[in-house]
Amino acid sequence: MDASTPITSRPPRGRLLHRFANPGRFLRLAARVQPFLTWPALAFTLAGVVGGLFLSPADYQQGDAVRIMYIHVPAAWLASQGYASLAAASLVSLVWRHPLADLAAVEIGPVGAAVTALCLVTGSLWGKPMWGTWWVWDARLTSVLVLFFLYLGHIMLVRAFDDPERGYKAGAILALIGAVDLPIIKYSVDWWNTLHQPASITLTGAPTIAGSLLWPLALTTLGLTLGFWAVVTARLRAAVMERRIRSLLGAQAAAA
Amino acid sequence: MNGFIATLQRELTLAVRHGGDTLAALLFFFVAATLFPLAIGPGPETLARIAPGVVWVCALLSALLPLDRMFGADFDDGALDQLIVSGTAASLIAAAKALAHWLVTGLPLLLAAAPLATMLQMKPASLPVLLTGLALGTAVLSLLGTAAAAIVLGARRGSVLLPVLVLPLATPVLIFGTMAADAAATGLTPRPHLLLLGAFLAACLPLCPLAAGAALRAAVD
Repeated sequence: MDASTPITSRPPRGRLLHRFANPGRFLRLAARVQPFLTWPALAFTLAGVVGGLFLSPADYQQGDAVRIMYIHVPAAWLASQGYASLAAASLVSLVWRHPLADLAAVEIGPVGAAVTALCLVTGSLWGKPMWGTWWVWDARLTSVLVLFFLYLGHIMLVRAFDDPERGYKAGAILALIGAVDLPIIKYSVDWWNTLHQPASITLTGAPTIAGSLLWPLALTTLGLTLGFWAVVTARLRAAVMERRIRSLLGAQAAAA
Repeated sequence: MNGFIATLQRELTLAVRHGGDTLAALLFFFVAATLFPLAIGPGPETLARIAPGVVWVCALLSALLPLDRMFGADFDDGALDQLIVSGTAASLIAAAKALAHWLVTGLPLLLAAAPLATMLQMKPASLPVLLTGLALGTAVLSLLGTAAAAIVLGARRGSVLLPVLVLPLATPVLIFGTMAADAAATGLTPRPHLLLLGAFLAACLPLCPLAAGAALRAAVD
């Protein structure tokens, strides 16, 4: 339970969930998986960006600005997917006290916040030529902004405790409250927006996405999703190694 | 249940003995709301338009003020450990604290909101709706705030962290509450907004004390 527990202690055997609570086993597996995440992520993203910037045609309504979508849309998907993973990791850490889930929740936070920020920034860049303004209090923009605040609150909270275990627990409870509250926030913001701004600018009437615009989007989505998990895995490995080094140094200091 | 009542009694006694601390949130509510006419201008139409929003935002912010010490004082002097080992469920203690927070902060805010809204040129006809919404909304805020106060217990810069955690979670309250008041001001029925606010309160009522209880147990471990 406390931070001084040696990380090499054996978890109870036979349960699938706890197999990877062994940091050594996790590190070996993660090291093997990492290249299969990193390199395809780079390749797919690069192919998608090249396809999106040079090969696909400009949209007949949006012109070249449509190319922002190739980053914006995957970022938006990853932002919500990231919070869902954060909540899932928090649930596992609260219910099964899984040490890796604690670390996963801590490490998913900043990556999720980064994609959420990317989503907001690209949305703003797209909004300037399309809507003529950097920011609109549109329902989706507003709920993504609140999501960004939830990420930031979690990131600050888990790092605000001297005892990391306390931070994991507090962060997990907060993430679960947020996960329950998030659909309500989304709903309330949608409702607020439709009642307050009936003439909000939407893309209604735009044709469903044409195939020539779709394939680069599929590539960047695949690439960025793999990239998200590549970064999370790399951060997780670094966090496990950091804990290992800290406990080794602690043991050395205790022996000296 | 005895523990619940005892904790509630203790909190209320403490609030009465430290009357100054209790009134500070109320004073903040008034002072902060007074800034808006000064900043925006005294035009009655503009003020009437923004009055519900100003009252709501100021109420949210002032209800946050006492949260920092809600568990902080008990945590520092060890009383919280005694409460947790007393045999009363941690979530019940949290529920008692939330109720005490509402009685001590939410209720006075509610009383102060009526004259304040009148000063901000709000129509008397929409006052009951504003107050009903505030009654439900401050209760939700007490519950969410209790959970957040338990979560940040023992954190560095906890008092700064607290509003950052609570305010995004409280956005539905603000939206439903101000929309109810706006609907009343424009002659529409505020009923759906108030019902949604009530539904949010009904969801928070069991969930927030549970979360707060879990956080309290983790804090005194």
